[in-house]
Amino acid sequence: MQSETQSGSVTKGFTRSALDALLIPLLAIFTAVILGGIIIVSVGGNPFLAYFGLLQGSFGSAKALSETAVWATPYIFAGLAVALAFKGGLFNIGAEGQLALGATTSALIGYALPGWLGMDIPAFIHLPLVVIVGMAAGAFWAAIVGFLKAYTGGHEVINTIMMNYIALNTISFLLNGPMKDNAPNNVSARTPLIAESAQIAPIFDGLRVHWGFILALLAAFLVWWMLTKTTLGFEIRTVGANPDAAKYAGINVKRTIILTMAISGMLAGLAGTIEVTGLNYRHELGFSIGYGFDAIAIALLGKSHPLGVVLAAILFAAMRNGATRMQFLTQLPVDLISMLQALILLFVAADAIIRYIYRIKSQGERVVLTRGWGG
Amino acid sequence: MDWKRFAFIFLIIVVLIGAVVMVGITKSPPIITITSMLATTIAVATPLTLGALSGVFCERAGVVNIGIEGMMLTAAFFGWLGAIFMFHVFDFDKWPSILIGLVTAILAGALMGLLHAVLSITYKVDQIIGGTVINILAVGLTGFLNRQMFFGRGSAFGGQIPNSPGNLLNVHVPLTEVFTPICGNSTNCMDVVNALNSVLDQRPIAISAILLVFISHYVLFNTRWGLRTRAVGEHPKAADTVGINVVRMRYANVLIGGALAGLAGAYFTIESVPSFEPLLTNGRGFISLAAMIFGNWTPIGAWTSALVFGASQAFNIKMQLFREVIPPQWAFLQQSYVVGLIPYILTMIILTGIIGRTTPPAADGVPYEK
Repeated sequence: MQSETQSGSVTKGFTRSALDALLIPLLAIFTAVILGGIIIVSVGGNPFLAYFGLLQGSFGSAKALSETAVWATPYIFAGLAVALAFKGGLFNIGAEGQLALGATTSALIGYALPGWLGMDIPAFIHLPLVVIVGMAAGAFWAAIVGFLKAYTGGHEVINTIMMNYIALNTISFLLNGPMKDNAPNNVSARTPLIAESAQIAPIFDGLRVHWGFILALLAAFLVWWMLTKTTLGFEIRTVGANPDAAKYAGINVKRTIILTMAISGMLAGLAGTIEVTGLNYRHELGFSIGYGFDAIAIALLGKSHPLGVVLAAILFAAMRNGATRMQFLTQLPVDLISMLQALILLFVAADAIIRYIYRIKSQGERVVLTRGWGG
Repeated sequence: MDWKRFAFIFLIIVVLIGAVVMVGITKSPPIITITSMLATTIAVATPLTLGALSGVFCERAGVVNIGIEGMMLTAAFFGWLGAIFMFHVFDFDKWPSILIGLVTAILAGALMGLLHAVLSITYKVDQIIGGTVINILAVGLTGFLNRQMFFGRGSAFGGQIPNSPGNLLNVHVPLTEVFTPICGNSTNCMDVVNALNSVLDQRPIAISAILLVFISHYVLFNTRWGLRTRAVGEHPKAADTVGINVVRMRYANVLIGGALAGLAGAYFTIESVPSFEPLLTNGRGFISLAAMIFGNWTPIGAWTSALVFGASQAFNIKMQLFREVIPPQWAFLQQSYVVGLIPYILTMIILTGIIGRTTPPAADGVPYEK
């Protein structure tokens, strides 16, 4: 009943624990930045100029801020997907496949449905329909893995990886064949543009940031609310913390596992859907590559807390977005960012190293994120 | 591994090869198709075999390794870089450069193994997270260095990727010499030897991968080292009680695993093609992982599973070769996406336990606390 006392604790206790939760990620970021600086110096660059460029490129102007939000949108959704699964004791490495599938199906409904029905569809029907289909596709794809985990014990890590490849192979087939954009001089594997009635509008004129970003923030709030205030959330957390105890407490563990995966996949599918409807207006092969691992990194950095995920997603988005400016100022390759992100993740995962460097005592017991193949 | 699964694996390989023979019957005689199909299978299964062996060593000692992909990628990059540096910067000859590249790759793999060991054994980081960190780090590290070394400011190579000294060549397996006296004048016997010769017409890493499968099997199941490795993976407390140093055994095996993944990485840039591109391992580390599970954590099982994955890849390659003679009703097989799905679906079926249950080492993934 530890969770009961946690959620019912007074504000002072909350700020205290929030600070503790923030300390390790902040120190991890700080350490990675220092190490990154050393790497930059060692290849003959100017670290101050590089970090200045990174900041200027990500937060320095309205356009920079808008682009950071654009990058952050899918990161928030996908990061939430992985974080939610972590809470339920499941490791969803398959966010990439679920995202790609969500993007592909919503692109299909987005461009083809008016033709199938032979008429224009009003936006208030078309857009929600597109979003729901994308969510459902992601949820379905992940629920298969949840089902296999619940009823056969097949480990979700391997199965989500396999489902990634199945999704990507299938999507390659679709985008090179039946769903390929038939525009006269198109050679790339991509779908046609979706109808205007399926597009999400930008928030401001002239900037690319769209309402999907607000939706992502809303999703983070909803996930937090669901996890802390609802029975389902309690069940997910209990199964994640101790499936045996959950079983004896009368929770339907199998159902919870499947539901956790389905909601996780739904969020990942949303990441893809929102990219299609709000930004690219089509799905193109290869766009989804890398989101799966970034999502894992973001969930870990955010300590699987929805607010943490939002902050981590904005940080990763800012780094990706600011990288171009950094490269322009210092001629350092954009890939430096991936190095930095990997270092941050390394220190977040191995918090013992950070605790050792900064002499921080360990607080309470460790959070179990995943289990070995047997579990 | 039980006979049921071996039979299943054998059946799949036979079906895949049989389909290629039938499709290509007008273009090449069955025996040629079969041998070349087997040869391709062994060649493309090489990194999968080595990667799966890497997993077997780590996990038999109780450390889950999903970082095989990252270890391979890092090794592929540093092996290639090492060869180029020796060749262009230190003016070594071709073969010494390639050899040093090979050693660099193995060391790079072992170093990533060391990182994994430090994270998961010393710092008791969740091992699946640790492996994921390695995968992400490998992408960042190789991407950054690849760009920085060749196109960055102050690059020794001035904005272009220099030629690599080359790749390893086929080795001669002395089958003919050995079998000529045995076969005598029998032409049938010599035909078999020739067929075997063309199957084993492989490059050094491919050959050593096969040898390493049997060496690993022997080491794990017939030596004191192997017994101790399995003991710390099944019941570390009991192993500790009888005086086995759990931490040291785990470290050693994860390092061996890293080195094997390093050799797998060398396959890509030292043996297969002498060039590197970002993300070139393209998920084969994960397939290795699947092969290891598919093979129930045994070297020979892992190898046969790797061969299934290799066979389906070889199938795709052959289908491209037979493009113009393919009968219309078989044309869908040309879509590499269709057959490309087989290994992934198979792995998932295996994991459901329909075809025999997989049993991981009991303490796999559990950090040891005294």
